[in-house]
Amino acid sequence: MSAATPVLPSEQTAPSYLTASFGIRSWLLTVDHKRVGLLYLATISVFFTIAGIFAGLIRLELLTPAGDMFQADTYNKLFTMHGMIMAFFFLIPSIPAVFGNFLLPLMIGARDVAFPKLNLLSWYVFSVGGLFSIISLVTGGVDTGWTFYTPYSSTYSNSSVITAGLGIFITGFSSILTGMNFMVTIHKMRAPGLTWFRLPLFVWAHYATSIIQVLATPVIAITIVLLALERILGAGIFDPRLGGDPVLFQHLFWFYSHPVVYIMVLPSMGVVSEIIACGARKRIFGYKIIAFSSLAIAVLGFLVWGHHMFVSGQSEYAGIVFSFLTMFIAVPSAIKVFNWMGTLYKGSIVYSTPMLYALGFIGLFTLGGLTGLFLATLAVDVHVHDTYFVVAHFHYVMVGGALFGYLGAIHFWWPKITGRLYPEAWGRLSAAIIFIGFNLTFFPQFVLGYLGMPRRYHAYPEEFQVLNVMSTAGATILAIGYMMPVIYLIWSMRYGKRASSNPWGATGLEWETASPPPTENFEGTPVVTRGAYAYAEEGAVVR
Amino acid sequence: MWDQLRESLPLFPDAASTIAGEVDTLYFFLVATSLFFSGLIFVLIFYFMLKYRRRSEDEIPAEIEGSTVLEIAWSIVPFVIVMIMFGWGSWLYVKNGRSPANAMDMHVVGKQWMWKLQHPEGKREINELHVPIGRPVRLIMTSEDVIHSFFVPAFRIKQDVLPGRYTTVWFEATKLGEYHLFCAEYCGTEHSLMIGKVHVMTQADYERWLMSGEGESTTSAGERLFSELRCDTCHRPDGVGRGPVLDRVFGSQRLMRNGERVIADESYLRESILTPQQRVLTGYRPVMPTFQGQVNEEQVLELISYIKTLGGDSAGRAR
Amino acid sequence: MSANTLEAAAEESHGLVAHQFDDAEQQHEAATLGMWAFLVTEVLFFGGLMLGYAVFRSKFPDAFSAGSHELDVGLGAFNTVILIISSLTMAMAVHSGQVGNKKGVALFLVLTLLFGGIFLGVKGVEYADKFEHHLIPGLLFDYHGEAGAGVNPKNVELFFFLYFAMTGVHALHMIIGAGIVLVWLLPRALQGAYGSEYSSPIEMFGLYWHFVDIVWIFLYPLLYLVGRHQ
Repeated sequence: MSAATPVLPSEQTAPSYLTASFGIRSWLLTVDHKRVGLLYLATISVFFTIAGIFAGLIRLELLTPAGDMFQADTYNKLFTMHGMIMAFFFLIPSIPAVFGNFLLPLMIGARDVAFPKLNLLSWYVFSVGGLFSIISLVTGGVDTGWTFYTPYSSTYSNSSVITAGLGIFITGFSSILTGMNFMVTIHKMRAPGLTWFRLPLFVWAHYATSIIQVLATPVIAITIVLLALERILGAGIFDPRLGGDPVLFQHLFWFYSHPVVYIMVLPSMGVVSEIIACGARKRIFGYKIIAFSSLAIAVLGFLVWGHHMFVSGQSEYAGIVFSFLTMFIAVPSAIKVFNWMGTLYKGSIVYSTPMLYALGFIGLFTLGGLTGLFLATLAVDVHVHDTYFVVAHFHYVMVGGALFGYLGAIHFWWPKITGRLYPEAWGRLSAAIIFIGFNLTFFPQFVLGYLGMPRRYHAYPEEFQVLNVMSTAGATILAIGYMMPVIYLIWSMRYGKRASSNPWGATGLEWETASPPPTENFEGTPVVTRGAYAYAEEGAVVR
Repeated sequence: MWDQLRESLPLFPDAASTIAGEVDTLYFFLVATSLFFSGLIFVLIFYFMLKYRRRSEDEIPAEIEGSTVLEIAWSIVPFVIVMIMFGWGSWLYVKNGRSPANAMDMHVVGKQWMWKLQHPEGKREINELHVPIGRPVRLIMTSEDVIHSFFVPAFRIKQDVLPGRYTTVWFEATKLGEYHLFCAEYCGTEHSLMIGKVHVMTQADYERWLMSGEGESTTSAGERLFSELRCDTCHRPDGVGRGPVLDRVFGSQRLMRNGERVIADESYLRESILTPQQRVLTGYRPVMPTFQGQVNEEQVLELISYIKTLGGDSAGRAR
Repeated sequence: MSANTLEAAAEESHGLVAHQFDDAEQQHEAATLGMWAFLVTEVLFFGGLMLGYAVFRSKFPDAFSAGSHELDVGLGAFNTVILIISSLTMAMAVHSGQVGNKKGVALFLVLTLLFGGIFLGVKGVEYADKFEHHLIPGLLFDYHGEAGAGVNPKNVELFFFLYFAMTGVHALHMIIGAGIVLVWLLPRALQGAYGSEYSSPIEMFGLYWHFVDIVWIFLYPLLYLVGRHQ
């Protein structure tokens, strides 16, 4: 890590966004995209903690074959709420709402996003939605699984389905508003000279993500409305007693929920591109290809939802079509991985904490993505569908993938956001612990899945116990790993060394302004004359 | 000791059906490919991390813009590989989806939180399924409430079980023994306990097992119901009743009043009993009353079993 | 001047260009793109309902005809005309803004509100009628229509579920639109805020209102005109 000359306080002509105003009103009524990003950081951290505790409880129950720690209903609520909160209130906002908000205007040389007030509104909407999910927790919880399949959720479940559904419905608007804001910002507010193909890949990733957010989220919204109506009225289109079709719910649900996983992972891929380019001090290999792959993944993501439904009773032909289309998505993802490897090749690589997370992402996402192919392959999916194989697969891509990107982003841009450096040794140690804990938790679950252990079971046959104990041991290590950054990052806010404007020696407009940046981001509008990641060009890196 | 280890730490399920081996072979191909590519990436990452680690602060690597040849290569190779996976998987899936014509039909009704199974000879079971080795068995399944899923890992079969509909799955057991039966679609409180055992026995043992205990066969139960519910007053074999003759109806193609053509499979027959107004045969008036609420799912299956035997010929002859 | 709170931003936007934009043209383009993106989300939202309708109409054509027969075609047609007129008055409001006719903006907004209100009133009458005839799904639904024996009343209940879901969601969009006019656009229009220099909010709302109108143009034939040929 380079020790560049720090920007001394007396050289700054404008106060940083953190100190420009004080008091709770200045935060709760802020229209500064950077503060909105931090508001999101605080809120989603709370949800991650709650859902994480639920995960811990689940793994504790699964130490023994008998369902002896919790009652069945309680356990069902635990896994439902773990999934629901992690998916809707952590993963979907995570990188876009925190880092997209903070960085996009900086990266494109703008003063703020296109609609700053809508931005603040999106955080309030998100929080209200989150509040409803907490209310559903407190009024007894939901026990339908995060997938809410009918007719269990519409007719049979006695839990707070409508409250939880309302929470997700409301939060969806936050996602839509964020997507809209980003799309317009990227289209209309780029600095002079910043053409599309000079944009950092982080921006491309968020553009692709915004397309998905805008197109997919309304579908889950209407699905929840229909589910709620059916529950309230006792009549509806998913009820077979009326001639309705429970499989129709699955189609509507997955039409959103498959693209949503790309909302979760595309921003992470954008982060990885930024970190790898900096960590290898080299232009991203195949820049345009990666940009187009992001768009391809966004589009293809809408065509494959039926691969969650191969044994649902949908026709054989539908299964074949969806399996075929799903195979296509593997290709742009593979292309990205190979291009990142090409970036590392003959680079000048450092082992910084962000790099460890980015490299971890590449390895774990590769594994997770490959196991997705198992699920896309019809004859194999029949066996592993609804088993721990699926659980392992999606945790590899969502934790090993999306979350690793998120953690990498936190460390990479921490100096920019807070103006402080975190202790690098602790950063690397935590990354290693998280990596080990993660693999120990989830790799055994692939084996469990093929053995036939179904998901959402709180009691299981005895022969599955050893693998479950391994998994819980891993989860314990993982939990320790997660807690460490919380401690040292908070510590660094007070005691960390002050950061210069570009401690990593990275390219990108965000590194050409102070750490932390002033409210208006830049002194005057930057003019861009070169492409992204121009590490080899004279004067490209402003220290 | 190895046996003890295998028991406490199984790494692979039993392969006890005709399709298990084929599925496993495809699985191993996927595992090998995955291990190869992830291994490659892991090794390359470590190798690059070591070989290209930054040696001095001012080091700036040469620019490599990209390589069209490489991009094409590493697009085409993965594409070909996934197409192989798709082709192989679909072919197996379609092939394994076709149940043999001589399969023994069994009825399964799933409900919160148990499996009710009925053999054609009448024997009923709860959460247990006894089958003979080496004979194809076809399960006709429905749910009384929410979506369940019938999953026997050792046979590599799984099929969602839906309310208001029939779904089918078939298997042919190839190894004697006891195998897990799981519900694989979350269905509420006791989902984890909606489990059972499949017992694969020799043909002789199976027949002996069938003899023990009573039960009228599904067909004779259906015949009894057909008469008790007065179906025979309208569906008369001599053709003078108000309802169509049901001889050889199963598997035939029927023309509806609105011009629709339908194959009279189990689902059609179920619909005709429970929601007769849905589709009315051409030349007939919509006067059949519904039997919803008068018969449960198992009784519907029994009626269907009986109807399949009407006309004496084997089912499936197209008219 | 940095505007990093809502209050400061509010002050600044009474000046016509918000702080994040370089000029009025950029601001207008951004607003337009944003509103179109939002309307795309609405298409997907209503699209889910349309999908449900398409699936069940093809499954139960007779039941859908029967259910549609219970709807009042005349009232539906009247409402369609009313809504189209309200779109006309909304377009006139936008035009007034663009040519600087500030009084016209307020006037046409009021007229749009009026016609929107008539539409909602008629819908209220229709809903009340359905309530009286026990045609609200789940609330003691009881279909005793002329279609008689060939139709399963449960499938007719499905038709009405979709009818209420689709028209209800549509009406909700109209109510929200009316609310926006009443609480935000109309007070400002009366103060003369919208003229040839700045009428972007009126234009954006116009786009929204036209979209809500177009949705109804789809709903009316799909729901009311199905049973005509019986």
